[in-house]
Amino acid sequence: MLNVKVHNLNLKNPVMTASGTFGYGEEFSDFIDLERLGAFIVKGTTGTHREGNPYPRMVETPSGMLNAVGLQNGGVEKFCSTVYPRIQHLDTNIIVNVSGSSIDEYCTVAEQVNELDRVPAIELNISCPNVKKGGMGFGTDPAMASQVVTAVRKVYHKTLIVKLTPNVTSIAEIAKAVEGAGADSVSLINTLLGAAIDVEHRRPYLSTITGGLSGPAVKPVAVRMVWQVAHAVKIPVIGLGGIMSASDALEFMMAGATAVQVGTANFIDPSVTMKIIDGMEEYCHRHGIKDINEIIGIV
Amino acid sequence: MKEIHDFTIVCRRQLGDQYFSLVLQHQGTMPAVCPGQFVEVLVDDCREVMLRRPISVHDVDAEKNTLSLLVQIVGKGTRRLATLQCGDKLNLVYPLGHGFSTNIASDSRVLMVGGGAGIAPLLYLSKVLSSKHIRPTILLGGRTASLIPVRSEFEPYGSVGIATDDGSMGYRGIVTQHPDFGKEYDIIYSCGPTPMMKAVAKSAAQRGIRCEVSLENMMACGLGACLCCVTDTDEGHKCVCKEGPVFDISVMKKWYE
Repeated sequence: MLNVKVHNLNLKNPVMTASGTFGYGEEFSDFIDLERLGAFIVKGTTGTHREGNPYPRMVETPSGMLNAVGLQNGGVEKFCSTVYPRIQHLDTNIIVNVSGSSIDEYCTVAEQVNELDRVPAIELNISCPNVKKGGMGFGTDPAMASQVVTAVRKVYHKTLIVKLTPNVTSIAEIAKAVEGAGADSVSLINTLLGAAIDVEHRRPYLSTITGGLSGPAVKPVAVRMVWQVAHAVKIPVIGLGGIMSASDALEFMMAGATAVQVGTANFIDPSVTMKIIDGMEEYCHRHGIKDINEIIGIV
Repeated sequence: MKEIHDFTIVCRRQLGDQYFSLVLQHQGTMPAVCPGQFVEVLVDDCREVMLRRPISVHDVDAEKNTLSLLVQIVGKGTRRLATLQCGDKLNLVYPLGHGFSTNIASDSRVLMVGGGAGIAPLLYLSKVLSSKHIRPTILLGGRTASLIPVRSEFEPYGSVGIATDDGSMGYRGIVTQHPDFGKEYDIIYSCGPTPMMKAVAKSAAQRGIRCEVSLENMMACGLGACLCCVTDTDEGHKCVCKEGPVFDISVMKKWYE
Protein backbone atom coordinates (compact mmCIF):
# COMPACT_ATOMS: atom_id res chain seq x y z
CA MET A 1 0.00 0.00 0.00
CA LEU A 2 2.85 2.38 0.82
CA ASN A 3 5.36 1.07 -1.74
CA VAL A 4 6.80 3.68 -4.05
CA LYS A 5 9.50 3.68 -6.67
CA VAL A 6 12.18 6.34 -7.13
CA HIS A 7 13.90 5.50 -10.42
CA ASN A 8 15.24 1.97 -9.77
CA LEU A 9 14.81 2.13 -6.03
CA ASN A 10 11.96 0.17 -4.54
CA LEU A 11 10.93 1.72 -1.26
CA LYS A 12 8.80 -0.13 1.32
CA ASN A 13 7.25 3.23 2.04
CA PRO A 14 7.99 6.83 1.06
CA VAL A 15 9.76 7.69 4.33
CA MET A 16 13.50 8.36 4.24
CA THR A 17 15.69 10.18 6.72
CA ALA A 18 17.49 13.34 5.68
CA SER A 19 21.26 13.48 5.48
CA GLY A 20 23.00 15.07 8.45
CA THR A 21 20.09 14.47 10.79
CA PHE A 22 20.39 10.73 11.18
CA GLY A 23 24.13 10.06 11.50
CA TYR A 24 24.76 6.59 10.11
CA GLY A 25 21.45 5.22 11.35
CA GLU A 26 23.08 3.41 14.26
CA GLU A 27 22.48 6.36 16.59
CA PHE A 28 18.74 5.66 16.29
CA SER A 29 18.74 1.87 16.51
CA ASP A 30 17.64 1.87 20.17
CA PHE A 31 14.49 3.76 19.20
CA ILE A 32 13.38 2.44 15.83
CA ASP A 33 13.57 -0.54 13.52
CA LEU A 34 15.82 0.89 10.81
CA GLU A 35 14.59 -1.76 8.38
CA ARG A 36 11.08 -0.27 8.41
CA LEU A 37 12.40 2.88 6.71
CA GLY A 38 11.94 3.31 2.99
CA ALA A 39 15.56 4.46 2.93
CA PHE A 40 18.05 6.25 5.06
CA ILE A 41 20.56 8.76 3.86
CA VAL A 42 23.84 8.84 5.69
CA LYS A 43 25.76 11.93 6.69
CA GLY A 44 27.37 14.02 3.91
CA THR A 45 30.56 12.29 2.81
CA THR A 46 33.50 14.10 1.23
CA GLY A 47 36.74 13.02 -0.43
CA THR A 48 38.81 13.54 2.69
CA HIS A 49 38.19 13.95 6.41
CA ARG A 50 36.62 17.28 7.42
CA GLU A 51 36.55 18.87 10.86
CA GLY A 52 33.62 21.13 9.99
CA ASN A 53 33.06 24.62 11.38
CA PRO A 54 33.97 25.79 14.90
CA TYR A 55 31.41 25.71 17.73
CA PRO A 56 28.82 27.26 18.07
CA ARG A 57 27.22 25.57 15.10
CA MET A 58 23.56 25.56 16.03
CA VAL A 59 20.92 27.88 17.38
CA GLU A 60 17.24 27.31 17.89
CA THR A 61 14.97 29.80 16.12
CA PRO A 62 11.16 30.09 16.09
CA SER A 63 9.82 26.69 14.90
CA GLY A 64 13.21 25.77 13.56
CA MET A 65 16.94 25.80 13.96
CA LEU A 66 19.99 27.15 12.17
CA ASN A 67 22.99 24.90 11.76
CA ALA A 68 26.47 25.46 10.43
CA VAL A 69 28.05 22.04 10.96
CA GLY A 70 30.02 22.34 7.72
CA LEU A 71 30.09 18.71 6.56
CA GLN A 72 32.13 17.27 9.42
CA ASN A 73 32.84 13.66 8.42
CA GLY A 74 35.64 11.14 8.28
CA GLY A 75 35.92 11.07 4.47
CA VAL A 76 34.85 8.46 1.94
CA GLU A 77 37.59 5.93 2.65
CA LYS A 78 36.75 5.82 6.32
CA PHE A 79 33.08 5.48 5.46
CA CYS A 80 33.75 2.53 3.15
CA SER A 81 36.16 0.78 5.51
CA THR A 82 34.58 1.32 8.92
CA VAL A 83 30.97 2.52 8.69
CA TYR A 84 29.69 0.58 5.68
CA PRO A 85 30.63 -2.86 7.08
CA ARG A 86 28.59 -2.06 10.20
CA ILE A 87 25.41 -1.05 8.37
CA GLN A 88 25.49 -2.99 5.10
CA HIS A 89 23.40 -5.88 6.47
CA LEU A 90 20.36 -3.65 6.97
CA ASP A 91 17.38 -4.57 4.83
CA THR A 92 16.58 -1.07 3.62
CA ASN A 93 17.98 1.32 1.01
CA ILE A 94 21.18 2.88 2.28
CA ILE A 95 21.88 6.07 0.34
CA VAL A 96 25.11 8.03 0.67
CA ASN A 97 25.01 11.80 0.55
CA VAL A 98 27.99 12.82 -1.57
CA SER A 99 29.51 16.25 -0.97
CA GLY A 100 32.58 18.10 -2.12
CA SER A 101 34.38 21.33 -2.96
CA SER A 102 35.26 20.51 -6.56
CA ILE A 103 33.92 18.42 -9.42
CA ASP A 104 36.89 16.09 -8.94
CA GLU A 105 36.03 15.56 -5.30
CA TYR A 106 32.37 14.77 -6.07
CA CYS A 107 33.53 12.28 -8.72
CA THR A 108 36.09 10.61 -6.42
CA VAL A 109 33.48 10.03 -3.73
CA ALA A 110 30.84 8.87 -6.21
CA GLU A 111 33.27 6.42 -7.82
CA GLN A 112 34.16 4.83 -4.50
CA VAL A 113 30.55 4.62 -3.37
CA ASN A 114 29.64 3.06 -6.71
CA GLU A 115 31.63 0.00 -5.60
CA LEU A 116 29.48 -0.59 -2.52
CA ASP A 117 26.98 -3.34 -3.35
CA ARG A 118 24.53 -2.43 -0.63
CA VAL A 119 24.31 1.24 -1.58
CA PRO A 120 21.86 1.48 -4.50
CA ALA A 121 21.90 5.27 -4.79
CA ILE A 122 23.71 8.46 -3.95
CA GLU A 123 22.33 11.86 -3.15
CA LEU A 124 24.58 14.47 -4.70
CA ASN A 125 24.69 17.43 -2.35
CA ILE A 126 25.14 20.54 -4.48
CA SER A 127 23.36 22.60 -1.89
CA CYS A 128 25.23 22.71 1.43
CA PRO A 129 25.19 26.33 2.60
CA ASN A 130 27.87 25.77 5.25
CA VAL A 131 31.06 25.21 3.32
CA LYS A 132 33.16 28.02 1.90
CA LYS A 133 34.09 26.36 -1.37
CA GLY A 134 31.72 24.35 -3.55
CA GLY A 135 28.58 23.07 -1.90
CA MET A 136 25.79 25.48 -2.58
CA GLY A 137 27.92 27.25 -5.22
CA PHE A 138 27.26 24.31 -7.55
CA GLY A 139 23.56 24.35 -6.89
CA THR A 140 22.77 28.01 -7.50
CA ASP A 141 23.80 28.19 -11.13
CA PRO A 142 22.13 25.95 -13.75
CA ALA A 143 25.30 25.65 -15.85
CA MET A 144 27.48 24.70 -12.85
CA ALA A 145 24.83 22.27 -11.59
CA SER A 146 24.66 20.64 -14.99
CA GLN A 147 28.45 20.41 -15.18
CA VAL A 148 28.84 18.60 -11.85
CA VAL A 149 25.95 16.22 -12.53
CA THR A 150 27.28 15.40 -16.00
CA ALA A 151 30.70 14.59 -14.52
CA VAL A 152 29.31 12.42 -11.72
CA ARG A 153 26.90 10.68 -14.11
CA LYS A 154 29.92 9.39 -16.06
CA VAL A 155 31.40 7.62 -13.02
CA TYR A 156 28.28 6.68 -11.10
CA HIS A 157 26.06 3.97 -12.57
CA LYS A 158 23.27 3.52 -10.04
CA THR A 159 20.43 5.81 -8.98
CA LEU A 160 21.62 9.41 -8.88
CA ILE A 161 19.57 11.78 -6.76
CA VAL A 162 20.56 15.45 -6.75
CA LYS A 163 19.77 17.54 -3.67
CA LEU A 164 18.77 21.08 -4.48
CA THR A 165 19.15 24.31 -2.59
CA PRO A 166 16.18 26.64 -2.07
CA ASN A 167 18.51 29.64 -2.09
CA VAL A 168 17.83 30.45 -5.73
CA THR A 169 15.38 32.56 -7.72
CA SER A 170 14.03 29.63 -9.70
CA ILE A 171 14.50 26.15 -8.29
CA ALA A 172 12.61 24.65 -11.26
CA GLU A 173 15.31 25.94 -13.59
CA ILE A 174 18.05 24.18 -11.58
CA ALA A 175 15.94 21.01 -11.45
CA LYS A 176 15.54 21.03 -15.22
CA ALA A 177 19.29 21.55 -15.65
CA VAL A 178 20.20 18.53 -13.50
CA GLU A 179 17.51 16.41 -15.15
CA GLY A 180 19.06 17.29 -18.49
CA ALA A 181 22.49 16.31 -17.18
CA GLY A 182 21.30 12.81 -16.27
CA ALA A 183 19.97 12.97 -12.71
CA ASP A 184 17.48 10.18 -11.91
CA SER A 185 15.72 12.12 -9.17
CA VAL A 186 15.90 15.39 -7.27
CA SER A 187 15.49 15.94 -3.55
CA LEU A 188 14.51 19.30 -2.12
CA ILE A 189 14.84 21.44 -0.17
CA ASN A 190 18.20 21.70 1.58
CA THR A 191 18.28 24.37 4.29
CA LEU A 192 17.44 28.02 3.74
CA LEU A 193 20.32 30.38 4.39
CA GLY A 194 19.67 32.38 7.55
CA ALA A 195 21.25 34.19 10.48
CA ALA A 196 20.39 34.99 14.10
CA ILE A 197 21.94 37.55 16.43
CA ASP A 198 22.26 37.55 20.21
CA VAL A 199 21.36 41.15 20.97
CA GLU A 200 22.42 40.99 24.64
CA HIS A 201 25.97 40.07 23.67
CA ARG A 202 25.84 41.91 20.32
CA ARG A 203 27.18 38.96 18.36
CA PRO A 204 25.94 36.29 15.97
CA TYR A 205 24.89 32.98 17.49
CA LEU A 206 26.85 30.98 14.92
CA SER A 207 30.62 30.99 14.50
CA THR A 208 30.03 31.34 10.76
CA ILE A 209 27.38 34.09 11.21
CA THR A 210 25.11 32.44 8.62
CA GLY A 211 23.73 28.92 8.69
CA GLY A 212 21.03 26.70 7.26
CA LEU A 213 17.46 26.98 8.54
CA SER A 214 15.46 23.78 8.97
CA GLY A 215 12.39 22.63 10.86
CA PRO A 216 8.68 23.41 10.56
CA ALA A 217 9.46 27.07 9.83
CA VAL A 218 10.59 26.16 6.29
CA LYS A 219 7.80 23.74 5.42
CA PRO A 220 5.52 26.03 3.38
CA VAL A 221 8.50 27.19 1.32
CA ALA A 222 9.50 23.57 0.74
CA VAL A 223 5.99 22.47 -0.26
CA ARG A 224 5.78 25.35 -2.73
CA MET A 225 9.15 24.43 -4.28
CA VAL A 226 8.29 20.73 -4.51
CA TRP A 227 5.08 21.67 -6.30
CA GLN A 228 6.98 23.92 -8.75
CA VAL A 229 9.69 21.34 -9.45
CA ALA A 230 7.21 18.46 -9.81
CA HIS A 231 5.54 20.44 -12.58
CA ALA A 232 8.85 21.23 -14.28
CA VAL A 233 10.57 17.82 -14.45
CA LYS A 234 9.64 14.22 -15.33
CA ILE A 235 12.02 12.52 -12.86
CA PRO A 236 10.71 11.66 -9.39
CA VAL A 237 10.90 14.35 -6.74
CA ILE A 238 11.79 13.66 -3.09
CA GLY A 239 10.35 16.27 -0.76
CA LEU A 240 11.77 17.49 2.52
CA GLY A 241 11.72 20.51 4.76
CA GLY A 242 10.11 20.63 8.19
CA ILE A 243 8.22 17.32 8.08
CA MET A 244 7.13 16.49 11.63
CA SER A 245 4.12 14.24 11.04
CA ALA A 246 2.36 11.95 8.56
CA SER A 247 0.13 14.80 7.51
CA ASP A 248 3.17 16.96 6.70
CA ALA A 249 4.60 14.09 4.65
CA LEU A 250 1.32 13.64 2.77
CA GLU A 251 1.27 17.34 2.03
CA PHE A 252 4.59 16.98 0.18
CA MET A 253 3.29 13.95 -1.71
CA MET A 254 0.17 15.75 -2.83
CA ALA A 255 2.43 18.58 -4.00
CA GLY A 256 4.22 16.08 -6.23
CA ALA A 257 6.80 14.23 -4.13
CA THR A 258 7.15 10.48 -4.70
CA ALA A 259 9.02 10.10 -1.40
CA VAL A 260 9.87 12.29 1.55
CA GLN A 261 12.74 12.83 3.96
CA VAL A 262 12.45 13.50 7.66
CA GLY A 263 15.22 15.65 9.14
CA THR A 264 15.02 17.98 12.11
CA ALA A 265 12.08 16.04 13.57
CA ASN A 266 14.49 13.18 14.37
CA PHE A 267 16.13 15.44 16.97
CA ILE A 268 12.88 16.03 18.79
CA ASP A 269 11.50 12.52 18.61
CA PRO A 270 14.01 9.84 17.61
CA SER A 271 11.10 7.51 16.83
CA VAL A 272 9.20 10.01 14.66
CA THR A 273 9.82 8.15 11.38
CA MET A 274 7.92 5.10 12.64
CA LYS A 275 5.00 7.32 13.69
CA ILE A 276 4.98 8.91 10.24
CA ILE A 277 4.88 5.52 8.51
CA ASP A 278 2.08 4.36 10.84
CA GLY A 279 0.23 7.63 10.27
CA MET A 280 0.42 7.24 6.49
CA GLU A 281 -1.00 3.73 6.72
CA GLU A 282 -3.77 4.95 8.94
CA TYR A 283 -4.53 7.78 6.50
CA CYS A 284 -4.77 5.33 3.60
CA HIS A 285 -7.19 3.14 5.55
CA ARG A 286 -9.29 6.10 6.57
CA HIS A 287 -9.50 7.44 3.00
CA GLY A 288 -9.85 4.10 1.27
CA ILE A 289 -6.55 4.50 -0.57
CA LYS A 290 -5.19 1.19 -1.85
CA ASP A 291 -1.97 2.58 -3.27
CA ILE A 292 -0.22 5.68 -1.96
CA ASN A 293 0.87 6.49 -5.52
CA GLU A 294 -2.74 7.62 -6.10
CA ILE A 295 -2.15 10.80 -4.16
CA ILE A 296 1.21 11.84 -5.63
CA GLY A 297 0.88 15.24 -7.28
CA ILE A 298 -2.88 15.46 -7.03
CA VAL A 299 -2.64 19.17 -6.32
CA MET B 1 20.07 0.89 26.05
CA LYS B 2 18.57 4.32 25.42
CA GLU B 3 14.84 4.81 25.53
CA ILE B 4 12.12 7.39 25.14
CA HIS B 5 9.66 7.42 28.03
CA ASP B 6 6.93 9.49 29.70
CA PHE B 7 7.87 9.97 33.36
CA THR B 8 5.48 11.27 36.00
CA ILE B 9 6.62 14.11 38.24
CA VAL B 10 6.24 12.86 41.83
CA CYS B 11 8.02 15.70 43.62
CA ARG B 12 8.87 19.29 42.79
CA ARG B 13 10.94 21.55 45.02
CA GLN B 14 11.75 25.21 44.46
CA LEU B 15 15.31 25.98 45.61
CA GLY B 16 15.62 29.75 45.78
CA ASP B 17 14.76 31.90 42.76
CA GLN B 18 16.98 30.22 40.23
CA TYR B 19 16.75 26.50 40.87
CA PHE B 20 14.15 23.78 41.21
CA SER B 21 14.36 20.03 41.39
CA LEU B 22 12.07 17.39 39.94
CA VAL B 23 11.77 13.76 40.96
CA LEU B 24 10.47 11.72 38.03
CA GLN B 25 9.00 8.27 38.26
CA HIS B 26 9.27 5.62 35.58
CA GLN B 27 6.25 3.37 35.01
CA GLY B 28 8.33 0.31 34.20
CA THR B 29 11.97 -0.53 34.77
CA MET B 30 14.59 2.08 34.07
CA PRO B 31 17.71 1.22 32.13
CA ALA B 32 20.98 1.64 34.06
CA VAL B 33 22.07 5.26 34.32
CA CYS B 34 25.71 6.22 34.99
CA PRO B 35 26.76 9.34 36.92
CA GLY B 36 27.45 12.16 34.48
CA GLN B 37 24.93 10.95 31.92
CA PHE B 38 22.07 13.23 30.94
CA VAL B 39 18.50 13.25 29.68
CA GLU B 40 16.92 15.20 26.82
CA VAL B 41 13.66 16.71 28.06
CA LEU B 42 10.76 17.54 25.78
CA VAL B 43 9.42 20.98 26.60
CA ASP B 44 5.74 20.70 25.76
CA ASP B 45 3.25 23.43 25.00
CA CYS B 46 5.85 26.11 24.53
CA ARG B 47 5.58 27.88 21.22
CA GLU B 48 9.14 29.15 21.25
CA VAL B 49 10.85 25.91 22.23
CA MET B 50 11.15 23.14 19.70
CA LEU B 51 14.31 21.23 20.58
CA ARG B 52 14.67 19.10 23.69
CA ARG B 53 16.73 20.43 26.56
CA PRO B 54 19.71 18.45 27.86
CA ILE B 55 19.73 18.16 31.66
CA SER B 56 22.15 16.09 33.71
CA VAL B 57 20.94 13.38 36.04
CA HIS B 58 21.10 14.62 39.63
CA ASP B 59 20.13 11.39 41.33
CA VAL B 60 18.75 7.94 40.64
CA ASP B 61 16.81 5.69 42.97
CA ALA B 62 16.72 2.27 41.31
CA GLU B 63 14.40 0.83 43.99
CA LYS B 64 11.77 3.53 43.66
CA ASN B 65 12.34 3.73 39.90
CA THR B 66 12.92 7.46 40.10
CA LEU B 67 15.35 9.86 38.56
CA SER B 68 15.93 13.45 39.75
CA LEU B 69 16.87 16.56 37.88
CA LEU B 70 18.24 19.78 39.33
CA VAL B 71 17.39 22.60 36.97
CA GLN B 72 18.62 26.16 36.81
CA ILE B 73 16.21 28.58 35.17
CA VAL B 74 18.26 30.11 32.36
CA GLY B 75 15.98 30.54 29.36
CA LYS B 76 12.62 29.90 27.74
CA GLY B 77 12.83 26.11 27.99
CA THR B 78 13.77 25.90 31.65
CA ARG B 79 11.27 28.67 32.51
CA ARG B 80 8.52 26.53 31.02
CA LEU B 81 9.79 23.42 32.84
CA ALA B 82 9.66 25.39 36.09
CA THR B 83 5.87 25.64 35.78
CA LEU B 84 5.40 21.86 35.86
CA GLN B 85 3.71 20.38 38.90
CA CYS B 86 3.47 17.00 40.62
CA GLY B 87 1.40 14.62 38.53
CA ASP B 88 2.47 16.20 35.22
CA LYS B 89 4.20 14.05 32.65
CA LEU B 90 7.65 14.69 31.26
CA ASN B 91 8.96 12.94 28.16
CA LEU B 92 12.65 12.00 28.28
CA VAL B 93 15.13 10.51 25.86
CA TYR B 94 17.82 8.93 28.05
CA PRO B 95 20.31 7.87 29.34
CA LEU B 96 22.62 9.80 27.07
CA GLY B 97 26.33 10.42 26.82
CA HIS B 98 29.47 9.13 28.39
CA GLY B 99 29.58 9.68 32.15
CA PHE B 100 32.25 9.89 34.85
CA SER B 101 34.64 6.95 35.40
CA THR B 102 33.52 5.23 38.57
CA ASN B 103 35.68 2.17 38.20
CA ILE B 104 38.45 3.46 40.49
CA ALA B 105 40.32 1.90 43.42
CA SER B 106 38.46 2.04 46.71
CA ASP B 107 41.39 3.78 48.41
CA SER B 108 41.38 6.59 45.81
CA ARG B 109 41.56 10.12 47.17
CA VAL B 110 38.78 11.87 45.28
CA LEU B 111 38.02 15.55 44.83
CA MET B 112 34.83 16.86 43.24
CA VAL B 113 34.59 20.49 42.19
CA GLY B 114 31.17 21.81 41.29
CA GLY B 115 29.77 25.22 40.51
CA GLY B 116 26.25 26.48 39.82
CA ALA B 117 24.02 23.97 38.08
CA GLY B 118 27.16 21.88 37.55
CA ILE B 119 26.67 20.61 41.07
CA ALA B 120 23.83 18.42 39.78
CA PRO B 121 25.64 15.33 38.43
CA LEU B 122 28.10 15.30 41.34
CA LEU B 123 25.42 14.17 43.80
CA TYR B 124 24.71 10.94 41.96
CA LEU B 125 28.46 10.49 41.41
CA SER B 126 29.20 10.84 45.13
CA LYS B 127 26.41 8.38 45.91
CA VAL B 128 27.81 5.78 43.53
CA LEU B 129 31.34 6.29 44.88
CA SER B 130 30.06 5.98 48.42
CA SER B 131 28.65 2.55 47.55
CA LYS B 132 32.28 1.65 46.77
CA HIS B 133 33.32 3.02 50.19
CA ILE B 134 34.98 6.07 48.69
CA ARG B 135 34.48 9.29 50.62
CA PRO B 136 35.33 12.25 48.40
CA THR B 137 36.13 15.83 49.23
CA ILE B 138 33.34 17.86 47.62
CA LEU B 139 33.94 21.53 46.91
CA LEU B 140 30.95 23.54 45.77
CA GLY B 141 31.26 27.10 44.57
CA GLY B 142 28.89 29.93 43.72
CA ARG B 143 28.55 33.70 43.75
CA THR B 144 26.53 33.62 46.95
CA ALA B 145 25.16 31.01 49.39
CA SER B 146 21.66 30.95 47.90
CA LEU B 147 23.13 29.97 44.54
CA ILE B 148 24.53 26.75 45.94
CA PRO B 149 21.42 24.60 46.07
CA VAL B 150 21.12 21.23 47.74
CA ARG B 151 24.50 21.44 49.48
CA SER B 152 23.16 19.49 52.44
CA GLU B 153 22.28 16.54 50.19
CA PHE B 154 26.00 15.96 49.70
CA GLU B 155 26.90 15.74 53.40
CA PRO B 156 26.21 11.99 53.85
CA TYR B 157 28.62 11.13 51.06
CA GLY B 158 31.75 13.17 51.67
CA SER B 159 33.47 16.09 53.26
CA VAL B 160 31.76 19.18 51.85
CA GLY B 161 33.54 22.52 51.45
CA ILE B 162 31.87 25.69 50.21
CA ALA B 163 33.34 28.73 48.50
CA THR B 164 31.33 31.86 47.76
CA ASP B 165 32.47 35.01 46.00
CA ASP B 166 30.80 37.20 48.64
CA GLY B 167 31.75 35.09 51.65
CA SER B 168 28.09 34.50 52.57
CA MET B 169 28.99 30.88 53.24
CA GLY B 170 32.24 28.95 53.66
CA TYR B 171 35.46 30.19 52.17
CA ARG B 172 35.37 33.67 50.61
CA GLY B 173 36.71 33.44 47.07
CA ILE B 174 36.60 31.11 44.13
CA VAL B 175 36.42 27.39 44.60
CA THR B 176 39.91 26.72 43.20
CA GLN B 177 41.31 28.91 46.01
CA HIS B 178 39.62 26.85 48.71
CA PRO B 179 42.27 25.41 51.09
CA ASP B 180 41.17 21.83 50.33
CA PHE B 181 41.61 22.29 46.58
CA GLY B 182 45.42 22.12 46.71
CA LYS B 183 45.61 18.87 48.74
CA GLU B 184 46.78 15.56 47.31
CA TYR B 185 44.26 13.64 45.19
CA ASP B 186 44.25 10.68 42.83
CA ILE B 187 41.38 11.94 40.73
CA ILE B 188 39.40 15.15 40.35
CA TYR B 189 35.90 15.33 38.86
CA SER B 190 34.52 18.70 37.88
CA CYS B 191 31.32 20.16 36.51
CA GLY B 192 30.32 23.81 36.40
CA PRO B 193 31.02 27.06 34.58
CA THR B 194 33.68 26.73 31.85
CA PRO B 195 36.23 29.14 33.44
CA MET B 196 36.02 27.15 36.69
CA MET B 197 36.51 23.82 34.95
CA LYS B 198 39.41 25.17 32.91
CA ALA B 199 41.11 26.38 36.10
CA VAL B 200 40.54 22.96 37.69
CA ALA B 201 41.90 21.19 34.60
CA LYS B 202 45.00 23.38 34.43
CA SER B 203 45.80 22.83 38.07
CA ALA B 204 45.21 19.08 37.82
CA ALA B 205 47.43 18.86 34.74
CA GLN B 206 50.22 20.78 36.48
CA ARG B 207 49.99 18.53 39.52
CA GLY B 208 49.76 15.38 37.40
CA ILE B 209 46.35 14.44 38.81
CA ARG B 210 43.88 12.50 36.68
CA CYS B 211 40.89 14.75 35.98
CA GLU B 212 37.51 14.55 34.29
CA VAL B 213 35.35 17.52 33.33
CA SER B 214 31.72 17.56 32.26
CA LEU B 215 30.98 19.98 29.44
CA GLU B 216 27.77 21.70 28.49
CA ASN B 217 27.32 22.78 24.88
CA MET B 218 24.23 23.71 22.92
CA MET B 219 22.71 20.51 21.60
CA ALA B 220 20.08 19.33 19.18
CA CYS B 221 19.77 15.55 18.95
CA GLY B 222 21.70 14.38 22.02
CA LEU B 223 22.57 11.17 20.15
CA GLY B 224 25.70 12.08 18.20
CA ALA B 225 23.82 12.40 14.92
CA CYS B 226 23.62 16.13 14.20
CA LEU B 227 27.19 17.08 15.23
CA CYS B 228 26.01 20.45 16.55
CA CYS B 229 27.43 20.27 20.07
CA VAL B 230 31.08 19.55 19.28
CA THR B 231 34.00 20.68 21.38
CA ASP B 232 37.50 21.07 20.00
CA THR B 233 39.67 18.41 21.64
CA ASP B 234 43.30 17.41 20.99
CA GLU B 235 41.86 14.64 18.83
CA GLY B 236 39.62 16.96 16.78
CA HIS B 237 35.95 17.79 17.15
CA LYS B 238 34.06 15.48 19.47
CA CYS B 239 30.36 15.43 20.28
CA VAL B 240 29.66 16.59 23.81
CA CYS B 241 26.42 14.60 23.72
CA LYS B 242 27.94 11.26 22.76
CA GLU B 243 31.69 11.21 23.36
CA GLY B 244 31.09 13.52 26.34
CA PRO B 245 29.68 15.25 28.26
CA VAL B 246 32.47 13.92 30.50
CA PHE B 247 35.97 14.14 29.02
CA ASP B 248 39.32 13.16 30.48
CA ILE B 249 41.50 16.28 30.39
CA SER B 250 44.34 14.25 28.84
CA VAL B 251 42.68 14.93 25.46
CA MET B 252 41.54 18.47 26.31
CA LYS B 253 44.80 20.49 26.38
CA LYS B 254 43.60 22.68 23.52
CA TRP B 255 40.43 23.37 25.47
CA TYR B 256 41.87 24.33 28.85
CA GLU B 257 45.07 26.05 27.78
